[in-house]
Amino acid sequence: MTDLDLLPTDIEEDLRASVRGVLDRRCGPDTVAAMYDGDRAVVEPLWRAMAVELGLAGLLVPESLGGSGATAREAAAVMEELGRACAPVPFLTSAVIATTSLLPSGDELLGALAAGERTGALVVPFSTAPDAPLPDLAEGGTVRSVAGALEADVLLVPAGGTLRVVDATEAGVEPVVSLDMSRQLADVTVPAGAGRAVEGDGEAAARAALLAGAALLASEQHGVASWCLRETIGYVGQRRQFGRVVGGFQALKHRLADLFAETEQAAATAAYAAAVLAAEDADLPIATAVAQSWCSEVAVHAAEEALQLHGGVGMTWEYPVHLYLKRAKADQIALGTPGAHRARLATLVDLPGGTA
Amino acid sequence: MSARDDLARRVVEFLAEHDPDTTDRVEFLRARYDAGLAWVAFPEGHGGLGLSRSLQAEVDRLFAEAGAPDNNPRANGIGLGMAAPTILAFGTEEQKERFLKPLWTGEEIWCQLFSEPGAGSDLAALATRAVRDEASGEWVVNGQKVWTSGAQNARFAILVARTDVDVPKHRGMTYFLADMTDPGVDVRPLRQVTGEAEFNEVFLSDVRIPDTQRLGDEGQGWQVANFTLNNERVAIGGRALPREGGMVGIVSQTWRDRPEARTPELHDRLLRSWVEAEVARLTGVRLRQKLAQGVPGPEGAAMKLSFARLNQQLSGLELELLGEDGLRYSDWTMVRPEHVDFTGRDAGYRYLRAKGNSIEGGTSEILRNIVAERVLGLPAEARGDKDVPFKELPR
Repeated sequence: MTDLDLLPTDIEEDLRASVRGVLDRRCGPDTVAAMYDGDRAVVEPLWRAMAVELGLAGLLVPESLGGSGATAREAAAVMEELGRACAPVPFLTSAVIATTSLLPSGDELLGALAAGERTGALVVPFSTAPDAPLPDLAEGGTVRSVAGALEADVLLVPAGGTLRVVDATEAGVEPVVSLDMSRQLADVTVPAGAGRAVEGDGEAAARAALLAGAALLASEQHGVASWCLRETIGYVGQRRQFGRVVGGFQALKHRLADLFAETEQAAATAAYAAAVLAAEDADLPIATAVAQSWCSEVAVHAAEEALQLHGGVGMTWEYPVHLYLKRAKADQIALGTPGAHRARLATLVDLPGGTA
Repeated sequence: MSARDDLARRVVEFLAEHDPDTTDRVEFLRARYDAGLAWVAFPEGHGGLGLSRSLQAEVDRLFAEAGAPDNNPRANGIGLGMAAPTILAFGTEEQKERFLKPLWTGEEIWCQLFSEPGAGSDLAALATRAVRDEASGEWVVNGQKVWTSGAQNARFAILVARTDVDVPKHRGMTYFLADMTDPGVDVRPLRQVTGEAEFNEVFLSDVRIPDTQRLGDEGQGWQVANFTLNNERVAIGGRALPREGGMVGIVSQTWRDRPEARTPELHDRLLRSWVEAEVARLTGVRLRQKLAQGVPGPEGAAMKLSFARLNQQLSGLELELLGEDGLRYSDWTMVRPEHVDFTGRDAGYRYLRAKGNSIEGGTSEILRNIVAERVLGLPAEARGDKDVPFKELPR
């Protein structure tokens, strides 16, 4: 547990700027809000542009397997920007989680995923914490609330301790109305014995993928919190009531100062989780539990403060705050709630609960 | 050769010439200063080598591993954390030459004469006057300071005093380096909530300060003091601690030692605090990495805010965890501690002492204003005292 570098490198900053550029041009709040009315037409071309042109799909895939061999630090920079835009692309579910679950086996599918030719999803409920029981579809069955399945053309299915690669056309993928329509969930039904088995310990690979996903989700949560904080500062700095700018009222200033401190802390915590993941450091389980416990709550707090401090306008459909509140709350539950991560942490750092 | 390797080589060479086991402690420390291995980020000739601040921990570690004497940094926190960087930034060559070395070796301990009974959070309201004696060119200082830690041990003080009452309050202050052995300096212990007297009141009566001990320009005191205070907040909130260092380590150990006291509610609070402490630690790491490239800005205020809240949260939790033992207290006898130790003594002391963490070095309320205005750019509070000459302010 050395002091890893928690400040971004020039390479990460360049990548961040590219991702932001694409999102600014093609993924404004109106685009995201349209998801709630069932318009998902934008997702495919947007993801294609990001996956192929920016090479995001193959970020974590080694060069020898057709990827760009970048590290989790670069992936964290991408996640932060996707959070800042509430972007509806399957980077987390495909390029991080599904891809990571295949890395131990070096499965041939990685090449197609890296090239952005195919998009994958791990078939577990999106709420699954890294150490929670995984579904077992050896005998077939349905898994509820799977993230990324709608966009996926290939599914990675836990079955009897292995992962099976199942073509999406062989499975039933039923979209569900989701709290966060910018990452819409689906119920996935897989027949017994579908697809082919991936080599190696599928359960361990899936857990490692969920752990990596949870570590990097912290950066998305930091991005969400940053957007909420910045927008709110901008709003209260303009909005006048009682003959003055409301941002000059101490009650509001103090709340925003606290939120700034929390968000800065989220930045450091998410950066540490990503740095540990990139360094393949043994501290990853603790770093991830800390990051998920902290950043989940900060994102929700930031979104809730943003809504409150925008007053009535914050409650409206026209204004984008609601998109971030829904993303933040869904992210809090995703990959384990903060409470689940603290329970895991208690074991990891030897702070057991009572025996009663 | 990397800067880190070069530094390690210099330490090895230094230790070969100055055996820590046989060299006199003070001689060893003076030689370490002269070799540029004291504050490695300071310039050559002033205890440093002009290296990155991030290498300081490394050089300290190498000396500690060699069993070398240290300069007892806890006994001179204000000198090392606040006076030294301010003297480096604003001092003349002569001032740096005179003050920095004995400060670093600990031969001269420093204290801070900023707060006054009528000017705590509103530091710019201070009324201690410094008037120039035209005949001698010296400054004659009169007033009262308060909350001065370590004044009873201090040889010198950083002092802010009012030198012009005809301009608005922020503009009429000047910063000095005061000699605490001057006959006009009267230090009286101020007993506090813990029972001990870590702080003092300091009465200044016709204290004469030569103009060579003015730091910065006349009227520049507010800017210089702000530089000091930004360093103070980093020193308080951003200290490098290992995981589970400080208060959280003490409470975690109590938790492990007392399985019979565990409840689900205390468990939840402990884990939340543990996470927050780890998060604050990582934020400190990141802040120091940023600082390695520059000087402390107002971001340090956010660090200090969370440090204060955490210490109070944890020390309160510990008393509840201790149950009947939490009802006891070690000792109410008035003592004068040699150094400030937030985590010292027993749980009751820690609970009471931690209450000061949100007051000393800037109250949490003022720090939130600083963050909101200087970091987030929100409008300042409406106030009636900014553009009025000091002498016309109602006081």
